[in-house]
Amino acid sequence: MHMADALLSPAVGGAMWAGSLGTIIYCAKKLRDKMDERLIPLMGVLGAFIFAGQMINFTIPMTGSSGHIGGGMLLAILLGPYAAFLVIASVLTVQALFFADGGLLALGANIWNLGIYPCFIGYPLIYRFIVRPNASPPRITFAAILSVVFGLQLGALSVVLETVLSGITELPLNTFLMLMQPIHLAIGLIEGFATAGIVIYVRTLRPDIVDDLEGVKSLASGVSLKKVLVTMGILAVITGGAFSWFASTHPDGLEWAIERIYGKPELPEKQNPVKENLAKLQEKTAILPDYSLPSKAGKEGEEHAPSWPAVDPGTSLSGLVGGIMVLMLVVLFGIGIKIARKHKEQL
Amino acid sequence: MSHHIVELKDVCYAYPDGTEALKGITFRILHGEAVGLVGTNGAGKTTLLLNLNGHLIPTKGEIAVGEVPLSKGTRQEIRRKVGFVFQRPDDQLFMPTVYEDVAFGPINLGLTEEKVEERVTKALEMVGCLHLRNRPPHRLSEGQKRSVAIATVMAMKPDILVMDEPGSNLDPKSRRQLINLLKGFRHTKIIASHDLDMILDVCERCIIIKDGKIVADGPSEELLLNETLLEENNLELPLSRQCRPVKRPS
Amino acid sequence: MTFDLEFFNLGYLDTLSNKDTLVHRIDPRIKIIVSFIFILFVVSFQKYEISSLMPFFLYPVFLLTAGDIPFKAIAKKVLFVSPFALFIGIFNPLLDTQIITSPLGIPVSGGWLSFLSIIIKFVLTVSTAILLIAVTSFPGICEALERMKFPKLFVIQLLFLYRYLFVLLDVALRMMRAREARSFGGRGKEIRTFIRLISVLLIRSVERAERIYRAMLSRGFRGEIRVLRSLRLRPFDIVFAAGSITMFYLLRNYDIVDLVGAALEGVLR
Repeated sequence: MHMADALLSPAVGGAMWAGSLGTIIYCAKKLRDKMDERLIPLMGVLGAFIFAGQMINFTIPMTGSSGHIGGGMLLAILLGPYAAFLVIASVLTVQALFFADGGLLALGANIWNLGIYPCFIGYPLIYRFIVRPNASPPRITFAAILSVVFGLQLGALSVVLETVLSGITELPLNTFLMLMQPIHLAIGLIEGFATAGIVIYVRTLRPDIVDDLEGVKSLASGVSLKKVLVTMGILAVITGGAFSWFASTHPDGLEWAIERIYGKPELPEKQNPVKENLAKLQEKTAILPDYSLPSKAGKEGEEHAPSWPAVDPGTSLSGLVGGIMVLMLVVLFGIGIKIARKHKEQL
Repeated sequence: MSHHIVELKDVCYAYPDGTEALKGITFRILHGEAVGLVGTNGAGKTTLLLNLNGHLIPTKGEIAVGEVPLSKGTRQEIRRKVGFVFQRPDDQLFMPTVYEDVAFGPINLGLTEEKVEERVTKALEMVGCLHLRNRPPHRLSEGQKRSVAIATVMAMKPDILVMDEPGSNLDPKSRRQLINLLKGFRHTKIIASHDLDMILDVCERCIIIKDGKIVADGPSEELLLNETLLEENNLELPLSRQCRPVKRPS
Repeated sequence: MTFDLEFFNLGYLDTLSNKDTLVHRIDPRIKIIVSFIFILFVVSFQKYEISSLMPFFLYPVFLLTAGDIPFKAIAKKVLFVSPFALFIGIFNPLLDTQIITSPLGIPVSGGWLSFLSIIIKFVLTVSTAILLIAVTSFPGICEALERMKFPKLFVIQLLFLYRYLFVLLDVALRMMRAREARSFGGRGKEIRTFIRLISVLLIRSVERAERIYRAMLSRGFRGEIRVLRSLRLRPFDIVFAAGSITMFYLLRNYDIVDLVGAALEGVLR
């Protein structure tokens, strides 16, 4: 469930990058001053471990398909929130570069989606809340599953919001959610179970790794419940407020914003059967019934700005021909460079 | 100038879980000596070496390196004198390039940039790896990694070289190169190894350890050719000295 | 992709990044910044704009050819990671069926156009990401990040991760092979075995980290790691950056493509 550049808008992508970068800086600062120097090789090796661990697959019971773990919660349990976040960010960075998992812009979103929720919500608020030192296996299992599921649900929700807010896809919010959330519920259950299994098993062989790598985690778990709740509360109020202001003063709030930024309005939409059904479905399941997001099955009877005659969606004939021409020129350009290089090598 | 450079007096070490790994080790090593540490797996070789470098502190007894007694406070000082080459070179080469790995030690010693450059170049030359200076460690062969690992230690100009299984996983040629390299070092050497032929070649003195105790301490030529002694300690004669019937073409 | 292939792929890109071409020699900071800006421009295109995206292929094509990177390798990787984007994108033609245009008399709906747009954007952005690492060594990228004021701890984390990635992948590979050899027809891939495997891998990893830490201590480590500073901006790098970004801006805001098309039409008449 990695985000891809092609599904993001610059605004959303940039915002997610700002959030992730801010968190990276924050975590690094938190660690730097009081960090046990043992963390440096440990974080690096565990990052490599997660990477390698993701390559080992197992069959999912009752489905026969294979899966692999994500590892975010496991890292949080082993290293504490700040170090774990940095490790997750580093793993995703290497994956983005070497495996093109998503892209460079989406990397910011991915770090957020896969890092924030396990490290700063799942681990401190759920896992640590339930699990005490020397907790029994059932307790650990329960805590792990709950925190992983919660984290993944939030992560999946974020992916949906990011995609829909970017306006690239036609998928309506609800449909998208109905696709993503159940899948990630299932993934969460399995990963939570696996995470618990690992923690329990490792504890029998080397309890010091799990319970508290001496000194390594003591500063790291200093996330106070109250602080997090207050911060989240404030953020929720701000975003909610901004959103609803937009919705109330500008019926097509985001569309209006996009129009202002790019100077090109959306084209008028016509109804079609699939969309009609989805629209009906949406009304039944609508979460934000009075709010419509751009390029979605809109409310009936919405007025859209008339299309400008001068608008160029790149589909007029000259545009098409020009496009093909340019593509050919680009290919020629590439071949030209290749020849030039070969020539240089031969000299 | 001959003085004791390493001195162990009745050293005992027990792991946190209670396992007694060393049960009263006593020996002295002179400046410039090359001593081989021999014994089966689990005999206590690695534990002993880790004690020498201050990674573990003896639960009983004393260790003195260059007249400095080992304690938590003097650990750092002793590590400056003792160059420890670990068993697996991958554990020792953790920087992005060979240069940075070899420079790690000198930088931590507080040397200036020019001095660091000097030390790194000399150390890499010593092990014949100067051409590898910009290589990332994961692109080195086992033998190259070994050599570079030694260079990382040499760059700190230690008084004593301690090596844990330096020859393992090496192909014959690399092994031979390593042996020649070690023979060329004038440092005091303590080498733990299963490769009895290497010990025979490089170390004039040899200490046999069994179950955390020293069972023999003397010239390698004597100990390592004493079949009975070796067999008592679950060892064998060095391969080069074992009589193997050679099939002659008829 | 099976484990083996992923493993070798990593090494392959790593090898490519050590070549010495014009592009490889450009300062990593410039390459990162230009690539990022490139991506921003590409994703800023509206959903029905197709032809204006075409000239943007210049950038990845330039990186590929001037950087001497084999086309097939990049193409394979791009193809391999396309499923998610395709899966989301395919809904567009299903949901947006309003006919926007009819080139050559064939009606095309907006949904297909936006889907095509997604695909093109995908190819452009993903190929650029891969090409970036193919023409820039990973330590180079790390040093660039540090010089661009990313937190040092994070940069060191990246370097250590990279360093031990190959080692751990090797260990994991061996474990998988051992599992393969002892599991007949799927038994052995259950989650229980998996948990054991991963736990052992975890413990071995932690033990390795402890050994590394000891090695670091033996060489005087006291908490500071110095990253080598060897990057130096050259005039060419600045020219490259200014030129590329200007070009992106022009291509984004002026319809060159239409001009070319119109000119061609004019010529043909």
